[in-house]
Amino acid sequence: MEPVIDNLDLYVSGFLRSLGIALWGAVGALLLGTLLATFRVSPVPVLRRFGAAYVGTIRNTPLTIVLFFFAFAIPPAFGLPDADYYVLGTAGLVVYTAAFVCESIRSGVNAVPSGQAEAARALGMGFRQNLTLVVLPQAMRTVVPPTGNVIIAMIKNSAVVGAIGVGGDLFSVYNRLTSAFGYPRLPIITGTAIGYLVMTITAGVVLVLLERRLAVAR
Amino acid sequence: MSQPTAVLFDALGPRALRRVRLFTVLAAVLAVAVVAVAVARLAQRGQFDAELWAPLFDPTTDEFPLVWERLGRGLLWTLAIAGTAMAASVVVGVLIAVARLSLGRVGRLPLVAVVELLRGLPVVVTILYVSIALPEVGLDLSDNWYLAVGLTLYNCVIISEIVRAGVVAVPRGQVEAGRAVGLTDRQVMNGIQLPQAFRSMLPSVISQLVVILKDTALGAIVLVGVSELARQGRQLRNALDNPLQMFLVIAVIYIVVNLVLGKSAERLERRLSRSRGSAAEEVVDEEEGVRA
Repeated sequence: MEPVIDNLDLYVSGFLRSLGIALWGAVGALLLGTLLATFRVSPVPVLRRFGAAYVGTIRNTPLTIVLFFFAFAIPPAFGLPDADYYVLGTAGLVVYTAAFVCESIRSGVNAVPSGQAEAARALGMGFRQNLTLVVLPQAMRTVVPPTGNVIIAMIKNSAVVGAIGVGGDLFSVYNRLTSAFGYPRLPIITGTAIGYLVMTITAGVVLVLLERRLAVAR
Repeated sequence: MSQPTAVLFDALGPRALRRVRLFTVLAAVLAVAVVAVAVARLAQRGQFDAELWAPLFDPTTDEFPLVWERLGRGLLWTLAIAGTAMAASVVVGVLIAVARLSLGRVGRLPLVAVVELLRGLPVVVTILYVSIALPEVGLDLSDNWYLAVGLTLYNCVIISEIVRAGVVAVPRGQVEAGRAVGLTDRQVMNGIQLPQAFRSMLPSVISQLVVILKDTALGAIVLVGVSELARQGRQLRNALDNPLQMFLVIAVIYIVVNLVLGKSAERLERRLSRSRGSAAEEVVDEEEGVRA
């Protein structure tokens, strides 16, 4: 493990960069996923169909291909040669993860007892009031465990963004130390793996604590 | 639309219908505008030029047969690697689950540690790790094998968790009944717990199989020597310099394969649940008969 300890500063900065991808990805995916879930339960048929088509397409496409689009196809095709892959890769991660966030939120909306929405309607609430005041607040609690798992999976997937080639993250630390500095590959990849383990295990612990706090007594 | 979400709003009245129409028009206008801007931009960059599409869609070009031969080979490799990883994951996953359930509290500690470790690692790191670590211990395999092994390591752990949850969910009375008629622990596990667990966990296992198929594409990122579809696409893109068109075709291939896999899995699931639904009901009836 000596090569890792020698380059600990590199690993720490790589870790922070990778953490940045994961954090921005989580924020973006939660926002876009909630919007898509709203589409999927809305009274407007066009929006419903758009939501369903988005989820159906993205869920059946490998993340690798989505990221290849963002990394290799979009910059030349749309004439953005200077586009930062940190931004593009994170955007790809958001586009991919949002489909899964959407599905977990939708299942949470469906899990709210229908009497709640009916009561809201009986009080004269419209779709928006019904969703934002009655159904979503209740759905948010049941949604935490599945959405949390989606986000943990996304943290792991952020490694794929790194592997394609963001500069300065945990994967580029591996590439740099092994190719440019000639370190042996096994200890160096172990360091990178530990970096990701710290992220996913912490996220797992946070999720368990959150679940315990939000547990619904039904 | 499904029943549960329909409860969110009433049957639409004239005012709401007008509003829905307004939103429909707005959404359509927005969508058309976005698509128009994108298409204009792509056209300006020459992305609709025949030379970029012809190798993929025009059988008269010299490249066409070569390109599709590579893509076909890639797809076959993807299916072979995914199939290998699927079979191995299910076998190893069941073994891990059984071991975890049969070992004592202390005995299973190392197993739990390995499971948590593999579950926390990104698959792409696991695959790269396997390709580095196996040669160090004298196992010099091809990159395709490393990909299959890496995928197996990750997914067998996930499947073992699914199996474990399924076994735990089997009613206690089943185990007690097995013991009461004199079966050994092993016979109870193999003859009573596992068969019933397999039924309840089938949907989760099947969706995990789709995940395995999708994850084979990760090999294209970290392993240079794999033969699967995404890697072939990446190499073809280098030769033809048409990333947008190439990855579009690749994406469609993956989507079609996954939809076919998902649909056939659904059908299998329905068939199994139908035949077993009646069997389960019989069991319940008998139990109630006994109780009555």
